[in-house]
Amino acid sequence: MARVEFREDRCKGCGLCVEVCPKHIVAMRCDVLNAKGFHPAGVEAMDQCIGCAFCAIMCPDEVIQVEK
Amino acid sequence: MDRLPDRVLMKGNEAIAEAAIRAGCRHYFGYPITPQTEIAHYMAKRMKSVGGVFLQAESEVAAINMVYGAAGAGARVMTTSSSPGISLKQEGFSYIAGAELPCVVVNVARCGPGLGGILPAQGDYFQATKGGGHGDYRNAVLAPASVQELYQLTVEAFDLADRYRVLVLILADGTLGQMMEPVSHLEPKDATAAGKPWATVGTGGKRFHNTITSIYIDPERLEAHNLHLQAKYAKIARNEVRCESVGVEGAEVVVTAFGTTARIVRNVIRQAAEEGIKVGLIRPITLWPFPSEAVAAAAAHPSVKALLSVELNAGQMVEDVRLAVNGAKPVQFHGRMGGMLPTQREILERIRAIARPEGGT
Amino acid sequence: MALVYQRTCGLLDVPFHYCPGCTHGIVHKLVAEVLCELGLLDGAIGVSSVGCTYNNYEYFACDMQQAAHGRAPAVATGIKRVLPDATVFTYQGDGDLAAIGTAEIVHAAARGERITTVFVNNAIYGMTSGQMAPTTLVGQVTTTSPYGRDAATQGFPINVSEMLATLRGAVYVERVSVTSVKGIRAAKKAIRKAFLVQRKGLGFSFVEVLSTCPTNWGLSPVESLKWVDTAMQEQYPLGVFKGADLEVEP
Repeated sequence: MARVEFREDRCKGCGLCVEVCPKHIVAMRCDVLNAKGFHPAGVEAMDQCIGCAFCAIMCPDEVIQVEK
Repeated sequence: MDRLPDRVLMKGNEAIAEAAIRAGCRHYFGYPITPQTEIAHYMAKRMKSVGGVFLQAESEVAAINMVYGAAGAGARVMTTSSSPGISLKQEGFSYIAGAELPCVVVNVARCGPGLGGILPAQGDYFQATKGGGHGDYRNAVLAPASVQELYQLTVEAFDLADRYRVLVLILADGTLGQMMEPVSHLEPKDATAAGKPWATVGTGGKRFHNTITSIYIDPERLEAHNLHLQAKYAKIARNEVRCESVGVEGAEVVVTAFGTTARIVRNVIRQAAEEGIKVGLIRPITLWPFPSEAVAAAAAHPSVKALLSVELNAGQMVEDVRLAVNGAKPVQFHGRMGGMLPTQREILERIRAIARPEGGT
Repeated sequence: MALVYQRTCGLLDVPFHYCPGCTHGIVHKLVAEVLCELGLLDGAIGVSSVGCTYNNYEYFACDMQQAAHGRAPAVATGIKRVLPDATVFTYQGDGDLAAIGTAEIVHAAARGERITTVFVNNAIYGMTSGQMAPTTLVGQVTTTSPYGRDAATQGFPINVSEMLATLRGAVYVERVSVTSVKGIRAAKKAIRKAFLVQRKGLGFSFVEVLSTCPTNWGLSPVESLKWVDTAMQEQYPLGVFKGADLEVEP
């Protein structure tokens, strides 16, 4: 069981986390705009997360924290 | 530290170096250039025996930036050069002013413009006192006129730099750097990085990080920073003006001169007195802050017919003299360039022309 | 559940000002993580340079100085000579290090200054809006090479790592990239090694990181990673250019 947390307001919507997620569960949330005006990244199907932290390692803005 | 005899014969450049070491300077960064290279020679030898650092940099630009780093790390640090090298350091001067780093720079000046020549000149007065680098900043500028004073002012420059977190520039010239005179030594000073809580020495895990910077992108912060700097410069201008005034009371002519030139003028004053002409001398020891009040007071004496600024340039300090006199009396100028020194005779002729315009006695 | 990835203590909790997808943020994290993991943060002094990272002194939790354009290695030299036991590093881009600061980096390396330089090469001037850099590829379009860098009039890119590796004072020189998790892990290993080389007093250590500039390249962040892996790596092959056999792990 694993969980990723996104500090939404820090996200700049670059999409690098989406690119590296091996389970393809990270997506840009097109329905949400954060304070910076970006569509932030998020995970819908958290139950599929394996806690590999690839998204967090790749994130240039320290948005993501991973628990396992 | 080993004691030197109470009174020794020293070359000006060596006196600067020894004074720096006695003032607690343990880091020297420089680049060879005539006529100040003996400072580097002396430092290269002496730093080893006092456990300090001598580093010959790849350029004047690198040297002044090493000074920036070392000053930021809390050390008493110095670099020295001569006019063309000082031009190269101007970038660093501006950053050091912006980041408020205490350090000492010596310019054993030579002639310009360009490579010019290696003989003494005072053509760097504007550069020293009015900037040279970009932005609104000031360096404290000291102008010694003897080897003893080179020694003493170098020691004091470090205190001044630390007190106000400014760059203190000693503006000497090739004559002073190369001449030998007796020097009485002062006791070595205890100078540690203590009292520099702003220095970047590592947080030690005990405090928030220190940062040393000259960039403030936010205009409100940058204006506030500039106002802070200006307030500091105003304080220096209030507290640190120094000059030597000789025989100004009752003088017919007051000569203003600094450094080497003032030495020549002193002899002229004696000669003029023999002819019955009373000449006063105002010798600024701080070129910035400029002793405007002393100059204005001299000009206000009813006996004074005119002031004469004698310089090794085309007329630089005379502008500050005129600002101080503010039209109260005529201000004349006599200068030589290219490494030529004014003779006592030619200065005396200018004095006679002011004091005895009809040629009478 | 336990934390498997969290913010590093080496960075203050301040949002980076970098453009979306710019890999400076990744490199910052790596430097900070290494300083924390090696227990060096409290005794570290970093030097920021000029360019996009001019104010990264606001991000690193250690003491920091900000240097004039290209002068960071000279400033770092001054710091290190005063504090020989401190861990001193510069963080410089390609405009800063490979153009205006060429003399300073070459001589710091030649002297074998016990400092570490993290050189972020994205083949363009980012801060001043996309001008040609010394590391710009032949044919690459920038605002000052609008028809593509023409070698006949604008010369050739400088391979800084290869050049510095010829100097005896430079004891560890490696080029890495941060375009994948694997690459980032390798980059972190290189940065760690560079700091350990400094701690052992062996000489000058240098890590070149191929980085992206999506904004000025006119590519998306993901496309930018791919451009590094293809076009950039052709000019700038990854690898250890000096000190591959150094054993520095405690």
